[in-house]
Amino acid sequence: MKLIFEKSVSGRGCTLLPPCDVDSVSLPDALRRDTPPALPEVSETELSRHYTELCHKVHGVNCGFYPLGSCTMKYNPRIDEEMATLPGFTNVHPLAPAHTVAGCQEVLDTAKNYLCEISGMADMTFQPAAGAHGEFTGVMLIKQYHKARGDEKRTKIIIPDSAHGTNPATASMCGFEVVNIASAPDGCVDLEALKAALGEDTAGLMLTNPNTVGIFDEHILDITRLVHEAGGLCYYDGANLNAIMGVVRPGDMGFDCIHMNLHKTFATPHGGGGPGAGAVGCKEFLAQYLPKSALMDGGDHIQVRSFAGNFLVVVRALTYLMTLGWEGIPEAAQNAVLNANYLMRRIKGTFTPAFDRICMHEFVLDLSEFKKHTGVSALDVAKSLIDYGMHPPTMYFPMIVHEALMLEPTETESRETLDWAAEVFCKLYTLAHEDPDFMHNAPHNAQIGRPDEVRAARTPVLRWERA
Amino acid sequence: MGSYVPSTREERQGMLEAIGLQEYSDLYRDVPRDMLLDHPLEIPSGMSELEVGRAMRAIAAKNHVFATVLRGAGAYDHYIPSIVKSIPAKEEFLTAYTPYQAEMSQGVLQSIFEYQTMICELTGMEVSNASVYDGATAAAEAAAMCRTNKRRVTLVSAAVHPDTIETIRTYCYGTGDELRIVPQKDGRTDTAALREMLTDCVASFYLQQPNFFGQLEDAEAIGQIVHENGAMYVMGCNPIALAIMKTPRDCGADVAVGEGQPLGIPLSYGGPYLGFMATTAKYMRKLPGRIVGETVDSRGERAYVLSLQAREQHIRREKASSNICSNEALCAMTAAVYMAAMGPRGMAEAARQSMAKAHYLASQLCKIPGVSLRYTGAYFHEFVTEMPRVQDVLLALEQADILGGLIVDGAILWCATEKVEKAALDKTATIVKEVLER
Repeated sequence: MKLIFEKSVSGRGCTLLPPCDVDSVSLPDALRRDTPPALPEVSETELSRHYTELCHKVHGVNCGFYPLGSCTMKYNPRIDEEMATLPGFTNVHPLAPAHTVAGCQEVLDTAKNYLCEISGMADMTFQPAAGAHGEFTGVMLIKQYHKARGDEKRTKIIIPDSAHGTNPATASMCGFEVVNIASAPDGCVDLEALKAALGEDTAGLMLTNPNTVGIFDEHILDITRLVHEAGGLCYYDGANLNAIMGVVRPGDMGFDCIHMNLHKTFATPHGGGGPGAGAVGCKEFLAQYLPKSALMDGGDHIQVRSFAGNFLVVVRALTYLMTLGWEGIPEAAQNAVLNANYLMRRIKGTFTPAFDRICMHEFVLDLSEFKKHTGVSALDVAKSLIDYGMHPPTMYFPMIVHEALMLEPTETESRETLDWAAEVFCKLYTLAHEDPDFMHNAPHNAQIGRPDEVRAARTPVLRWERA
Repeated sequence: MGSYVPSTREERQGMLEAIGLQEYSDLYRDVPRDMLLDHPLEIPSGMSELEVGRAMRAIAAKNHVFATVLRGAGAYDHYIPSIVKSIPAKEEFLTAYTPYQAEMSQGVLQSIFEYQTMICELTGMEVSNASVYDGATAAAEAAAMCRTNKRRVTLVSAAVHPDTIETIRTYCYGTGDELRIVPQKDGRTDTAALREMLTDCVASFYLQQPNFFGQLEDAEAIGQIVHENGAMYVMGCNPIALAIMKTPRDCGADVAVGEGQPLGIPLSYGGPYLGFMATTAKYMRKLPGRIVGETVDSRGERAYVLSLQAREQHIRREKASSNICSNEALCAMTAAVYMAAMGPRGMAEAARQSMAKAHYLASQLCKIPGVSLRYTGAYFHEFVTEMPRVQDVLLALEQADILGGLIVDGAILWCATEKVEKAALDKTATIVKEVLER
């Protein structure tokens, strides 16, 4: 389809502003731009239809099944959206006097109390705008803690090789050296490797539990104890919190700080790549290091962005928390785990789970043997799913499993959807043995065929130019 | 209680049995028993949708929505066209994840490609990313991308938004690099001091245009000074002003960033907003964040993909210069819809009217005995006035449903946009006069 620029006709536009009712003023000559920006000139009809056409080329979780592992694509309730559009929330200036924003403060305080209870933490900030931003904030707490104690020899952060790429990237942004430790054969932390890595230079450990292969590490108390005994702190990556919320708490596992992805676990929409919110919680002894806004709060604190954070995302998450309440939160977790195990069991006769045991909210398929026999890769299977209207699982992650497909169905899918998904996987398993070429060329009925990513990287075209 | 789990009690039992289990607790057998929560969460019982809606509306009602907003300082109350609210609310856009699977995400990818093009047009730059969290993090990320092994120090003007300065400071503290503040003089960057501070360890200088006090900096001359000393030049710009103002590229900037909130995004008590970030072709592969590129598909048709991923954390891990993945895609799309709805003329009109109204307000206020402008330079849509009894003035305005300017060092930083009518500006001046004459 055409780009909005290709629909532009000079002189078209929308009527939006009245004439100016005060005298005009000019910018100093030296500061004026020579030519106006070549923004599109379109009527409102064309604009509306352009984006309607675009939205028909997007698959959201509210459109269909989206088992994208590690991303917790659960249904995004409409009431949460409606609450986030209330003028009492949207039309409020971040620097308005405190007594005129008591409602905003109540939202932040209430959400903080609930999320601290769920995570087992004592205090929290909503300033971070995403999970990775939360990681940065959390590891900066660890950095400040050691610095305040004059313990500046702690220069290393330990990270398992199964971790998401943001973990090591975060540690680097915080000035730490990364010590990668190999996982045990069961995908969990190798205690011997951990012990060998720990020392006087250990600042902390970054870990998610359940881990990235969807298994709850039963040695978690030993892990956090070992890190603490070495003088380090434990950071909990909340990417997989959906499996355990209301059942077991990161604080009780021995973690000192945590980020939670409100856009995963607490049902706020991901908007095609944000805005999210990475609420960061911590134990009492770290609370003094939480970030603040220079303009809103003053004082000498770290700050990771302007103002108080992605407030409207917190409004959505709070609406969700209030809807579920103390009963609904563990119910969601339990059914997320149930759905994952049910789907894994239904697929098991065909594709092979990387770890054949009860999983948490997600599981990983290992397609390496399958690929040896059929020549069909995890990528081919993923692309074939698109023809069935299913969003593919996360591919080639975690890196400790070869030809990995990671599925996370979430609790908001019905048994019929899971049965249907399992049937699709079984069909593809059969098809791979009968007609692998068909799968190498999938998808066949999608918006586009497979894109040439090498060309995109080698000869970058990153903006539209007039021909 | 509310629930979004579709399966019935019977279905759940059936599914448990299908996997050979009896009860939910069997699912958690890897969790050490004594670690399991032994009490219900101490949060209230769940609610029906009707009750939740009622409760949230009651909380929202505890906020006051001012009829007139004359406060900016990083968050600007511009008019938001109706279509700019409705398009991003479409469920497909709203509930998609990052467009990893291009074959299912052309709508998101094309919308970001269009956004990138618009940001390039506004800034005069060649490459834009798909957005970062906000203007402050955009500035901090820009400082990071300018560093080299030899040049590690970041210079920032004292006339920059305090939240932006503190965010850059925090990111610098993270990597162990130094931040130095270039002083301001009469509300603008002190260029003589800047010249002295530009030593050969300086990686970049960050300027905000218009600056925190609303003053217009001599951005082009400053760019020359920065480049003469071999450092990189980063400009933080107001995107509405860019519709009429010399582009950062024309001022010599190597990186242009800014807070995108004025582009159709509501005040929202501070977020979500969006940080825009653009640079020249030369620094394309140093730009952090998602970038959408054009390519062709297997049928030879035009298609869009997430591109240049070799820069990013999932490939480079600890060697990546930024950990960003989720950004503010929906806010970027909102900004794109805003720019397309306003068009070049509408954007310029919003800029001109904002500037005109700010100047009108300043002229009315300065007629009042005891009120004067703190700084003498040219300004865009924000200005600082000296006056006595600033607290009383703001309180009196508040009682008239006007959110007055922000107190900054004992003075008031005002802002006006195209949304404010002349009558409200006159009323403001009248109230200020009354208070000061009391």
